[in-house]
Amino acid sequence: MAEALHPSGDDRFAVLDKHLKRTHHAQDQLIETLHVAQEVFGYLSDDILMYVARALLLPPSMVLGVATFYHLFNFEAQGEHACSVCTGTACFVKGADAIVAAVRDGYAVAPGATSEDGFLTLRTARCLGSCGLAPVVVIDGNVAGHQDARSTLELIRAQARIPEEVN
Amino acid sequence: MPEVRRSIAITIDDTEIDAYEGESILQAARRFGIKIPSMCYLEGLSVWGACRICVVEVAGQHQPRPACATLVVEDMEVRTNTARLQSHRRTILELLFAEGNHVCAVCVSNGNCELQDRAVEAGMDHVRFDYRNPLRPVDATHPKYVFDPNRCIVCTRCVRVCDEIEGAHVWDVASRGHQAHLVTELGQPWGRSSSCTWCGKCVASCPTGALFYQGSAVGESVHAPDLVARLVAARRDHEWFPPVESPTSPNEQNGDDR
Amino acid sequence: MATPIDLHEVAERELEDQARYPWRIKACGSTACQSAGAGASISTLESEVVAVGLSDSVRVMSTGCMGLCSRGPLVRVLRRGGEETMYQSVDRDVAVDIVGAVAGRGEVADANRIDRHIPFFTRQHRVVLANAGIIDPDRLASAVAHGAYSALEKAITTMTPDQVVEAIKASGLRGRGGAGYPVGAKWSLLAGASSDQKYVIANGDEGDPGAYMDRTVMEDDPHRVIEGLAIAAYATGATRGYIYVRAEYPKAVERLDRAIRAARRSRLLGRKVLGSDFDFEVQVRIGAGAFVCGEETALIASIEGRRGNPRLRPPYPTESGLFGMPSMINNVETLANIPAIVSKGANWFSSIGTDRSTGTKVFALAGDLTNTGLIEVPMGISLREIVEDMGGGVPDGKVFKAAQTGGPSGGCIPTQFMDTSVDYESLRELGSIMGSGGLIVMDEDTSMPEVARFFMEFCMDESCGKCVPCRAGTVQLHGLLDRICSGEGRPGDLGLLEELCTVVRETSLCGLGQSAPNPVVSTLHYFRDEYESLLQEAAHA
Repeated sequence: MAEALHPSGDDRFAVLDKHLKRTHHAQDQLIETLHVAQEVFGYLSDDILMYVARALLLPPSMVLGVATFYHLFNFEAQGEHACSVCTGTACFVKGADAIVAAVRDGYAVAPGATSEDGFLTLRTARCLGSCGLAPVVVIDGNVAGHQDARSTLELIRAQARIPEEVN
Repeated sequence: MPEVRRSIAITIDDTEIDAYEGESILQAARRFGIKIPSMCYLEGLSVWGACRICVVEVAGQHQPRPACATLVVEDMEVRTNTARLQSHRRTILELLFAEGNHVCAVCVSNGNCELQDRAVEAGMDHVRFDYRNPLRPVDATHPKYVFDPNRCIVCTRCVRVCDEIEGAHVWDVASRGHQAHLVTELGQPWGRSSSCTWCGKCVASCPTGALFYQGSAVGESVHAPDLVARLVAARRDHEWFPPVESPTSPNEQNGDDR
Repeated sequence: MATPIDLHEVAERELEDQARYPWRIKACGSTACQSAGAGASISTLESEVVAVGLSDSVRVMSTGCMGLCSRGPLVRVLRRGGEETMYQSVDRDVAVDIVGAVAGRGEVADANRIDRHIPFFTRQHRVVLANAGIIDPDRLASAVAHGAYSALEKAITTMTPDQVVEAIKASGLRGRGGAGYPVGAKWSLLAGASSDQKYVIANGDEGDPGAYMDRTVMEDDPHRVIEGLAIAAYATGATRGYIYVRAEYPKAVERLDRAIRAARRSRLLGRKVLGSDFDFEVQVRIGAGAFVCGEETALIASIEGRRGNPRLRPPYPTESGLFGMPSMINNVETLANIPAIVSKGANWFSSIGTDRSTGTKVFALAGDLTNTGLIEVPMGISLREIVEDMGGGVPDGKVFKAAQTGGPSGGCIPTQFMDTSVDYESLRELGSIMGSGGLIVMDEDTSMPEVARFFMEFCMDESCGKCVPCRAGTVQLHGLLDRICSGEGRPGDLGLLEELCTVVRETSLCGLGQSAPNPVVSTLHYFRDEYESLLQEAAHA
């Protein structure tokens, strides 16, 4: 059923369809399916949620309910760069709050949101399990330990320059 | 085909009663006219066990237990109204009043509200916690009904009745924790929902003024929570009980505008 | 169908292969060392070995956690039949020096050497972490060479399921996820349930901030978890298993997946395990960021693809669990103890630790300590030994104030109880819990009301929202703490705080809500003066 090409002709749906087929469209695979969908599309738009609901024959409200229950699902396009600050206990004790505040003020972005220019998404993360290196930040997937407000801002600047040079 | 159910002797507030095996404390108490206050429990629906208003003390157990979700056990001794329980219930009600925007004076359900009734019974005359005053827009897009989330206590009766009795599953809970809220379909306005059958069971089941008929004025909204139990009994036993009392049907007021 | 693996042959071949190299360099590739730059140092080690022409005599391998995470990246150099040296803060330059030293040219600076005789290492007793930092977690043969699956083989070929359950009971092993429920008792409940389909589930949804023991086990020795789960299945009559891992641990997921595939290829999983009549299939399921899913019934809901709302117990999962079938959930660290108990016997296991808390416990040491990282210690060790001897005490001349155990469900232990034995009962008596193993040390500068506020914010964010006391109660508790901490507390706030703590504790539906007030109650008990002085300041402002 969901094998048919998506009307939009978007071939990313083929990846999602492959996962759905592999898991036999099982309803208990909803969370895994949402993970795959987010990986492929970057975030879960209403269209995607509806597509998943139809593919698994689930009520849309249940799909939305499950997706919004879990923190790792995004419902909006993410920024060009992402900065996650660990707010686990060890990082808290070592001053993660100040890092969050500095990034928030420096880029006018609330934790959990993306700056208006789409440059940076700021997240606060639950313990990343690198407590020996507290406080820890993750910038575009690269983990950096022993950070403070200044070094984090520098890291973001350094990270941002790389794609510019490539372009 | 009435099945023979095994009797289980239990004591509720010093009264010995013969409960049935497989029955909850709440069900047994109600059959014997012993009142245990509850909110999220609705006869005929699955047990949710979340409002914690119906907590009772069971001898030998340190923690209070929800009467709706605790099955009777031979020789169980239950107390339903100790000072500790009264105080806990009052605090839980205060938490509910502080969480939403419950203003009885302007509410369609004023006088017909289970939250209001429970608060009065519990003697909850003021709220010691800071009011959260959340911003929650009203959804009046449905031609027949209105959803006012300010009065919603997330008891999920509407979710369960829509799923378990009507079979439409229009409603569900989105987000979590203090941000948990009711949604129809993908969170779009209720009026745009294509799965809603306009059956009104959610409105009938709502304990507060969160769900009501379009055009209801203050104090006019009447719910019919016993509807669910009647439907379930009719489906199961082929016995059709008339409504206990027939409220002035909002349908008659508004006409069936479908 | 592939022939079952001959464990002894694989182990022998692997050991012979390793013995071909006179030198082995083991570099920690775990998450903590990776964040300190282990990736670069490992590739430097590899390229240097080639550059100096020692490819035939030096083998570089990436292993799991060596424990002393605060000094990473860590590297161990082993010489055949000789000494073992450990190095810290191994960046590219140090990596070059290490290979140089192996080649007999130059030395590594003393500052980069770690003394292996410090209490941090010598006080440990490694059972769960026996192979962490030693084996290559991505190679089945490497694990087998260090004993993996020999306990499963022993159980299947020489023991009845009942005998396995009895051995676990006799060992006195208790759940390592926090509550300390006797594991053998749980196993016999599932074994006694009659059903065509039963499930065993490994709970790898380690969510306590500051705790990463389970991640380390899953990443560094995935076969131990799989073997423990398989033995649990054999003992209880389950034929399907799930390993539920939080999504924040992608590497653990990847390694477990790879390990499961390798085990299946070798007939250590799947139909007719090791040629016996025992069938067992395992799948990894990934969470999506919800602390509450560590709760048994919420975890089950999540595996079923639903919102992670806990439900009321009874019925317990061993009666009606996953997909309505009898199921048993054991924590990852709990399962990682199983192979050793089966191999070495219940008596050996119960000889470690105390009478009522047998075996070892892995702790993640963090916070204001000189040495932070992972340690595995026998139960009954004193808090002082952990903090002062192993952790090296509080740095910068500061004074120890409290140790926090049990994360958001636990409490703070102040300095006067430093000599307390670390076991389930003693910690509970002090108003904390063993928890999953986070141990965070706080120095004199830490404000305890702030700590309570931090944990309450965590619980508030992680509440599923189902029951009112937890959903709305944690919000009000957080509001009260926030107002007290920001110097805006009102008279009567402490009384209200305490009353609400009681209501949330006594009426919440699941363990998350019931234990959410613990950090507040505990800090109020030991550090009430801090709350009071904040309120006095507010009154005079």
